[in-house]
Amino acid sequence: MRPETVVPSATPVDPTTPPPTAPPHDETVPHTHPEPGVDPHPPLARAGRALRVGIGGPVGSGKTALVAALCRAFADELRLGVVTNDIYTTEDADFLRRAGVLDPARIRAVETGCCPHTAIRDDIGANLDAVDELAEAVGPLDLVLVESGGDNLTATFSRGLVDRQIFVVDVAGGDKVPRKGGPGVTAADLLVINKTDLASMVGADLAVMDRDARARRGDLPTLFLSIVGDPTASRVADWIRHELAHHAALHPLAVPVGPA
Amino acid sequence: MATPSLLLLVADGRFPAGAHAHSGGLEAAVAAGRVTDLASLEAFLAGRLATAGLVGAAFAAAAHRAAVPGITDADEAAGSAGVAESAGSARRPDALARSAARSRTLAQLDVELDARTAAPTLRTVSRRQGRALLRAGRAIWPDAPFGDLPASPGGAHQPLVLGLLCAAAGLSRLDTATVAAYGTVTGAASAGVRLLGLDPYQVQALLVGLADACDGTAAEAARAADDPPERLPAAAAPLADIHAEIHATWEVRLFAS
Amino acid sequence: MRALARLVARADGRGGTVLVELHGETPLLLRQTPTDGGVATVHLVGGAAGPLAGDDLRLEIEVGPGAAVRVHTVAASIALPGRPGAVSRMAVSAVVHAGATLHWLPEQLVAAAGCAHLAESRVAVAAGASLRWRDELICGRYGEAPGGAVVHTQVDYGGRPLLRQSLAVGPRAPGWAGPAVLGGASATGSLLVVDPSRPAEPATVDGTVARLPLAGGPATLWTATAPDAHTLRAHLTG
Ligand SMILES: Nc1nc2c(ncn2[C@@H]2O[C@H](COP(=O)(O)OP(=O)(O)OP(=O)(O)O)[C@@H](O)[C@H]2O)c(=O)[nH]1
Ligand SMILES: [Mg+2]
Repeated sequence: MRPETVVPSATPVDPTTPPPTAPPHDETVPHTHPEPGVDPHPPLARAGRALRVGIGGPVGSGKTALVAALCRAFADELRLGVVTNDIYTTEDADFLRRAGVLDPARIRAVETGCCPHTAIRDDIGANLDAVDELAEAVGPLDLVLVESGGDNLTATFSRGLVDRQIFVVDVAGGDKVPRKGGPGVTAADLLVINKTDLASMVGADLAVMDRDARARRGDLPTLFLSIVGDPTASRVADWIRHELAHHAALHPLAVPVGPA
Repeated sequence: MATPSLLLLVADGRFPAGAHAHSGGLEAAVAAGRVTDLASLEAFLAGRLATAGLVGAAFAAAAHRAAVPGITDADEAAGSAGVAESAGSARRPDALARSAARSRTLAQLDVELDARTAAPTLRTVSRRQGRALLRAGRAIWPDAPFGDLPASPGGAHQPLVLGLLCAAAGLSRLDTATVAAYGTVTGAASAGVRLLGLDPYQVQALLVGLADACDGTAAEAARAADDPPERLPAAAAPLADIHAEIHATWEVRLFAS
Repeated sequence: MRALARLVARADGRGGTVLVELHGETPLLLRQTPTDGGVATVHLVGGAAGPLAGDDLRLEIEVGPGAAVRVHTVAASIALPGRPGAVSRMAVSAVVHAGATLHWLPEQLVAAAGCAHLAESRVAVAAGASLRWRDELICGRYGEAPGGAVVHTQVDYGGRPLLRQSLAVGPRAPGWAGPAVLGGASATGSLLVVDPSRPAEPATVDGTVARLPLAGGPATLWTATAPDAHTLRAHLTG
């Protein structure tokens, strides 16, 4: 495990209190930053190559919604690219293009021949090509998000493809999911339990999910999220910022750059 | 010296070269109702082997020949294959000359293969697969002369990369052609299992039945590699072109080709 | 039977084309037919049935700078069996110089049962020249399985390879009738159009006809399969 990846903001919530649902979204506030014109985050150090973050998880858990949320969060902050891996079609890429959260030139879709897990784990060339093509098309990037096709609980990303991986499950899948484990739940650098707004409707006990996640994941962080309530997935974005700083320290720029 | 293990390794469908995402035209043939069962899958594979399989194997063998100049299978069995000469800082003049000759041959093979690939989608697919294979080859055999491949936009054609990669692995020309021919049938066969839900044992039995044809195709391809590039096999399949261009227009598909 | 025929055309300097050489041997006989708007038109008149296995027929065409020639055949040629073990061969080689135009629009080749035939075309098109080149193959006469036939086409444009394809049918061509090659169609063919004045068009498919822009020059290949010769011809008019 890599204890250095644990950040305070990613500490699991106290199981005795129900996990907070995000505050209601205030439409009067520009959604990229809480305060217009003021970036609350210190400028991030630039790395020699983009941090690649994989976003995996079962079908419909909210991976694309999370990618869209992160695009909103980082819109004015990072040079961002997105690679999607659908089982068939380019549905996810098309959704992101339509959603207008990111310049379509910064989105690439990989076709996976019925084997989405193969494309992110065993045979990663097409995804690496897509990452390279993004950089060729739009210039250097700070962050590339790689969304896997919706798959099962065993699908994880190769370390040859991504530096960090986020596994997204949702409460609608039942509060048993963290207990079932599997490499995504147990070993992902960040576990996101999404759609907390639906918990009461599906009878999912978030405290149980939190307890089981801790039991499965040891020190690795888990975050509860409702993208409906927090359209910039702010705590996930914070986690990525922390990982970016760490990544920049590991992969310094070869030559110092002037003002970006 | 090549070992049987290296041959198996390079031919293995799990070798990370992106093959899993391609059906070799089968997805479109299935959608058109032309392949529906084991018998029609067998006919598909036989036709593909005799056309795309032969051409791909011949170009892989020709690229191998360019990488291993003047070494025949017989020589190889007795000695070593000097394919890593482009590595290292002290490149001797004859190594430079060999590299230049290799670049010329590979560039010629590249345009000759373009001329045998009428469907633009198939040209793109071949170059894309070449890029995927090159990524694997460069990571695994960093000293092999992949730098002599033509810098064509979209990447070098897959059989050219395969020829160099097999040479780097120390495989013979015939082994190289076999890997290529074998890949054209096994890729489509496993797509058949996924697309049609065919019994995997029956599909393997079908591949066993095609093994002689596959070896024969490889032997023919390896022999042909001694011919000048313009005389290499050019076996055509109208439906391969038609299927590929139909497939490229689909919005929903399971395979990249 | 061996035969050689030769056709050489030159621009006459007044916008027309003259045939400075036009000779043949049975069964390859060439006849000039009325000129059509500056284009010299020639018909290849089959002097005997065939080709029969064992025949070796060659036609050479040269179209000089700025000249324009159109070649037709008067009837389909039917490749038939002959001496056991022998192969019949029809080789057409053509050179099309700069600014010249060649249309090679013959009738179909029919591969009859038991035939062993090789149809070979080698065409060198100079940069800036134009070409229409049609090949049509009918696999067997009505209700008949074909013998062995290979249609090999090799075209260069401006010294660079443009098209290389060999279509093989018959008992020695595995899978030829199957879903990877002809899918049971008994007619197949292609029309190559080299036209430097026409911008490249994207690939399209309509049923079993595809329009394919080639990599090696300003050229498009129409390729088709069809249930019969008539339908095929309708697909290959470009
Ligand atoms: N109520 C609620 N719905 C959500 C939330 N996040 C995502 N959704 C919805 O869940 C559905 C699936 O979300 P996607 O983002 O497409 O899920 P995915 O994981 O990308 O799905 P695949 O790519 O098909 O595996 C969509 O209708 C989203 O709007 C959430 O936090 N709350
Ligand atoms: Mg998605």
